[in-house]
Amino acid sequence: MQIPAAFDYVRAESVGNVLDLLERHGPEARVVAGGHSLLPMMKLRLARPDCLIDINGLAELDFVVEEPGVLRVGALTRHATLLDSALVGRLFPIVHDAERVIADPLVRNRGTIGGSLCQADPAEDLTTVCDVLRADVLITGPAGQRAVPLAEFHRGPYESACEQSELVTEIRFPVVPRSSSAYEKVERRVGDWAVAAAGAAVTLAEDGTVADACIGLTALGLEGVATEAAASLVGRPPSEQAVTEAGRLAAEASDPTEDQRGPVDYKRHLADELTRRVLRRAVQRASTGS
Amino acid sequence: MQITTTVNGTEVTREVEPRVLLVHHLRDDLRLTGTHWGCDTSNCGTCVVLLDGEPVKSCTVLAVMTDGHEVTTVEGLADGATLDPVQQGFMAEHGLQCGFCTPGMLLTARALLDREPHPDEQQIREAISGQICRCTGYATIVRSIQWAADHPADQPADQPADQPAAQPAEAQA
Repeated sequence: MQIPAAFDYVRAESVGNVLDLLERHGPEARVVAGGHSLLPMMKLRLARPDCLIDINGLAELDFVVEEPGVLRVGALTRHATLLDSALVGRLFPIVHDAERVIADPLVRNRGTIGGSLCQADPAEDLTTVCDVLRADVLITGPAGQRAVPLAEFHRGPYESACEQSELVTEIRFPVVPRSSSAYEKVERRVGDWAVAAAGAAVTLAEDGTVADACIGLTALGLEGVATEAAASLVGRPPSEQAVTEAGRLAAEASDPTEDQRGPVDYKRHLADELTRRVLRRAVQRASTGS
Repeated sequence: MQITTTVNGTEVTREVEPRVLLVHHLRDDLRLTGTHWGCDTSNCGTCVVLLDGEPVKSCTVLAVMTDGHEVTTVEGLADGATLDPVQQGFMAEHGLQCGFCTPGMLLTARALLDREPHPDEQQIREAISGQICRCTGYATIVRSIQWAADHPADQPADQPADQPAAQPAEAQA
């Protein structure tokens, strides 16, 4: 039987209350939302907080709101809510692509976007999604609120820019006209971590050439986005030749390691193939507005 | 700490340690052993219960998190002697072999049909994709859920239920 070590439990009533509790309980306190990363780690004693601060009651952090030029998503928004949101699917189909393959429906009923980003697992899907959409993470702390671009949010495996005294409260996605996006993942079975995955966002100019592109890889040893691969597309029509070159450059930028999910060659092949697929789909969606 | 949870329609107040998982609270404190405890690692989905109507893995929810919320276990599915349509469907289509995953499958099916009364096969397969049947009896499970969708609750039951211990021990006393 896996049982976490003993801890104090306190239910937060507001964001201000969370910050007070984090200060009062110090470095051994952890915030829990969905808990689907934290609780399994606590059961294995890989995490052993003295105090859990439960933010599940903070309805103020559970929202999806479109404002001019930006989609604001509360940190406590569940994966299932994102997948159910027609607004999210229309603006950022990549989020729906990814959410369909994040764990399973039961986990998605509890897990949250803020929790996924803060857990900062290298094989976590929403990191790539937020990376290619150039999202900002809003972090609230004792000194107020700050916005951190996702590119600066992750500092390494399981480490983020959110300090112990702070709370991630919101993720902001810029809405760009004539843009679309896609995500595709290879997994061994439903709910497993990715063998490899790729995400892309593409903006088309009025003449149909690529005005902007961003490509990200999951579980393939690439920190940040595949800059050269994306740059190779800009200013050109999104032809099969251009997509093929971007796939090759993304695979070159990847640095996968061999593990039980597969050898390096296979994973690099996936980086190439999945990049081409998500680019084709993002371009197709951007050009048809779907 | 003291929590009050509505379990199968009845408010239950108990003193629980914060580290107690919902699955153990249900099984050990409330004696609702229909919730099965499988892999312990959030993988198998055997321990599924409904939390405010949504299926969750009760091995990955703290009992204290259910304070003020509603939990439905398999014991709460039947309405007295009348089985829920999903229970009837699992009987009609033989949606079980060893039966270990059945309580969780029934609850996931109930939540799916509450949300989507006419799911297609793909929707059913996606809904149960977080739950493992090691007898691999998925084909009959899918057919059972389709049966329940075709026979909604307002139709009279063919099969009487055994008297289910629908409520926690405290409520019966």
